[in-house]
Amino acid sequence: MATKERVTRAKTKMEKPRDGEGFLGLGHEELREVLRLMLLSRRFEEKAAESYQMGKIGGFCHLYIGQEAVAAGALTPLREDDYVITGYRDHALALVRGVAPKAVMAELYGRVDGCSKGMGGSMHLFERSLNFMGGHAIVGGHLPLAAGVGYAIRYREGDQVVLCAFGDAAVNIGSFHEALNMAAKWELPVIYLIENNAYGMGTDIRRTAAISQLVDRACAYEGLAARQVDGMDVMAVRAATEEAIELAREEHRPSLIEALCYRYMGHSMSDPSHGTYRSRDEVERWRKDDPILCFSDRLVEGGVISREEYEEMDRAAIAEAEEAAAFAEQSPSPEPADLYRYVYSDVYPHGADRRDLWR
Amino acid sequence: MAVITYREALNQALREEMSRDERVFLIGEEVAEYDGAYKVSKGLLEEFGKWRVRDAPIAELGFAGLGVGAAMTGLRPIVEFMTWNFALLAIDQIVNSAAKLHQMSGGQYNVPIVFRGPGGAALMLAAQHSQALEPWFAYVPGLKVCSPATPYDAKGLLKSAVRDDDPVVFIEGELLYNVKGEVPEEEYVVPIGSADVKRAGSDVTIVAYGKMVHESLVAAERLAAEDGLEAEVVDLRTVRPVDLSTVLESVRKTNRVVVAEEGWPVGNVGAQLTDDIQREAFDDLDAPVARVSALDVPVPYARNLEKLVVPSADHILAAARHVGYIT
Repeated sequence: MATKERVTRAKTKMEKPRDGEGFLGLGHEELREVLRLMLLSRRFEEKAAESYQMGKIGGFCHLYIGQEAVAAGALTPLREDDYVITGYRDHALALVRGVAPKAVMAELYGRVDGCSKGMGGSMHLFERSLNFMGGHAIVGGHLPLAAGVGYAIRYREGDQVVLCAFGDAAVNIGSFHEALNMAAKWELPVIYLIENNAYGMGTDIRRTAAISQLVDRACAYEGLAARQVDGMDVMAVRAATEEAIELAREEHRPSLIEALCYRYMGHSMSDPSHGTYRSRDEVERWRKDDPILCFSDRLVEGGVISREEYEEMDRAAIAEAEEAAAFAEQSPSPEPADLYRYVYSDVYPHGADRRDLWR
Repeated sequence: MAVITYREALNQALREEMSRDERVFLIGEEVAEYDGAYKVSKGLLEEFGKWRVRDAPIAELGFAGLGVGAAMTGLRPIVEFMTWNFALLAIDQIVNSAAKLHQMSGGQYNVPIVFRGPGGAALMLAAQHSQALEPWFAYVPGLKVCSPATPYDAKGLLKSAVRDDDPVVFIEGELLYNVKGEVPEEEYVVPIGSADVKRAGSDVTIVAYGKMVHESLVAAERLAAEDGLEAEVVDLRTVRPVDLSTVLESVRKTNRVVVAEEGWPVGNVGAQLTDDIQREAFDDLDAPVARVSALDVPVPYARNLEKLVVPSADHILAAARHVGYIT
């Protein structure tokens, strides 16, 4: 059974280890923005769950609820020209990166105003103008892509970094090792972030990984900095990511960060929250450490935000989610004529589509 | 016109494209310091340096995916597989990433990448090193698939592939690297998706690509000498998208067709082409389309058995006689 006690030790391979104590020198505006993004993610996904249950969203829909500290902590310290790439549990990362809630919701609804024009859906959110590179749904498949973005940065002698997020179960797949090996060997500015929510679908990661602390996988690659953090603490995630960004930007050193977190919901909307693989008690215990409530309490105690302002921020997040759903509702479905439009970047080549004439 | 090998033609294409466009880089096993397992990349490391000619670990999935990621940022990677047999380890990146990203992102991310290397049976390399996999990739919308037969086409097509804004699977012939042919000194490209009539004829059409073009030409000469029939050999050059109009034009002239390819028979390029031909030119056919392909078994090591499995001019000749009702 996954418990909070799993957050045991911080790796110290980074030169200036910091924890999430205090507010990392952030101003009140920045802190409130971090909290707002977490709330927006939460309220947005609660609305998405509702729409899914009403049949307005189809397919697979993997929610991030409970893990918001990871996306908010890891993405807020990035620069606009940095890159973000992630797996299929991507709604919160897209929102934190700045993709409009309306565009994300319309994508979940499969509408033309979606950030991927309705062609990608929940698992394939993209926004090129924000260097938000998806949204990839083969476990581990995007880790080599992140290495390639890092390679391109070095190739052009840029100083951007790539943040690549993925779930715990990806550490067992070959592409994880192939990507980390190349990133370390060629000194690519990539931050690999394990969102360790303790389960690969319904399987406790400890039942499938032959290593007790996933971050220790980094030991296999010289030059790869590593850090394990409390993924329920947004400031801890942010502190670790800031260090990793600095290493990547200044020294081209890649990192592996393991954020220990928890998802409250089932693997996807079609899976149960608890049952054979974990107990209701376990879920309830983690909910007591809710990353949004913990962080908002700290901000209130620290005088960054008043209780009333927090309530108002929450109402605004709910309203934004509602507006996003209303917007998605009225956005048109893609035209059948769009079927061949995006298969290739130029005109669909002659010939093959003739076979489809009877459709 | 200079006469050079297929290998040299590919090398020229790489050098010219890398000189023309600094976004183009080459990555693969042994491509840099070793000059390439088949010497296609000879001299490029010295000319372009290690960031543009990169020796990769033996991790096909990893470096193919690295190429896709780099392409998403606008670079133009050429990913070399030592052979296409090894590319099966990278098929997730070719099919699930490269071929899908443009559509999945609603047109935001195109993937201008070339995956290239030799394919097909060589000599006694046994089952895991002797596969012709063009149909696997031709199956996938989002990909383009080229398989040139001559030095001229190899150079011109590779240049087009590098300039293409979408992923191109480029399968060279392992046994063709030493084939010589005329290649002009001046700049040229061969467009993707255009077939080429390699031998004109009026009695039977032989459609082929890659190594089978050469076997078809041998068969055509024998057919002329021994049976007095003139075969037209249509080299597809690209198997996705197929240049069906050139094929049909020939079929309407000869009314008889043989489709020859190196790979296995089930669900291959010839199977698709046969369907296209019967649908588009049913009334022009004087005989059912004949297909020549490998026997439906993994390629064995023993020389005598290997010769039985891999198609050759003999088989194509027999098929041509069959559609010509020559007994």
